[in-house]
Amino acid sequence: MNRFRVSVHIVPRKGLLDPQGKAVSDALHALGFADVEDTRIGRYIVLDVRAESAAAAEISAQAMCDKLLANPVTEDYQIASTVTV
Amino acid sequence: MKFGIVTFPGSNCDTDAIHAVTDQLGQTAFALWHRDHDTQGCDVLILPGGFAYGDALRAGAIARFSPIMQEVIAHAERGAPVIGICNGFQVLCESHLLPGALMRNAGLKFVCDWVHLRVEGSAPMYLNGYQQGQVLRLPIAHGEGRFAADDDTLDQLEQNGQVVFRYCDASGNVTDASNPNGAMRGIAGITNAAGNVIGMMPHPERAVEALLGSTDGLPLFESLLARVGA
Repeated sequence: MNRFRVSVHIVPRKGLLDPQGKAVSDALHALGFADVEDTRIGRYIVLDVRAESAAAAEISAQAMCDKLLANPVTEDYQIASTVTV
Repeated sequence: MKFGIVTFPGSNCDTDAIHAVTDQLGQTAFALWHRDHDTQGCDVLILPGGFAYGDALRAGAIARFSPIMQEVIAHAERGAPVIGICNGFQVLCESHLLPGALMRNAGLKFVCDWVHLRVEGSAPMYLNGYQQGQVLRLPIAHGEGRFAADDDTLDQLEQNGQVVFRYCDASGNVTDASNPNGAMRGIAGITNAAGNVIGMMPHPERAVEALLGSTDGLPLFESLLARVGA
């Protein structure tokens, strides 16, 4: 078995109010970053997983997101990277 | 009637619920631990307020996998009463016993206050002691109480009479100003389709004696006693 580091991004679903993201957008606008159209603030989870291959590690991470790490009602997730450790 | 009050690590309203059930309602309360596999024959299960597992990841997300939750789910599927208050409501949503989710308050702050609620919907098990449209005054104390669901789910909840409490002003008008957390459509409490599982952010168990400011929570429990039997 190899070890892989799978990184997952989880963000509030677009269209749902993200008050933290909105506060940051407003602050960025106040600082002159007028080009910022939307900010969403979520979580970045780093998983060290034993698996046969990178693909198997990602499938496992996906199952973890579906079952626990992300709330399917309010959040979207995306696997950001998978590297050997 | 036997009430089982579940304590998760981080629950902090379990004693309030036991007090309401025993001292105010004169019923029997059993303290159930999150690791228990047995609900000791309780007729009603209450998931109380607090911060189960420190709200790690999301409020209610970890509590959902406690051994006792398997029993709570089985109890609910038999059509028996389950009440989730505040953090308990979050646990019921994470467990998929109730639809939707509870997100961070729109104002980003923890809100500890009294609110007005309008009674509606059709859940006789819990609402028989109230009039439709009656305005209640109950306390809230939460940081993640913004009810959210997709439009289809919200429409379905309303059509089925599963929305039982909405935040309102003292006259019963549902307005943005009377919504303490930005909950969609002002929703403060819902039931499942069968009407035996109820989840609500406000605290009826803290509004059962005049000395503490309100008795508006009492009819919810009394409805249950009348329905399920004392």
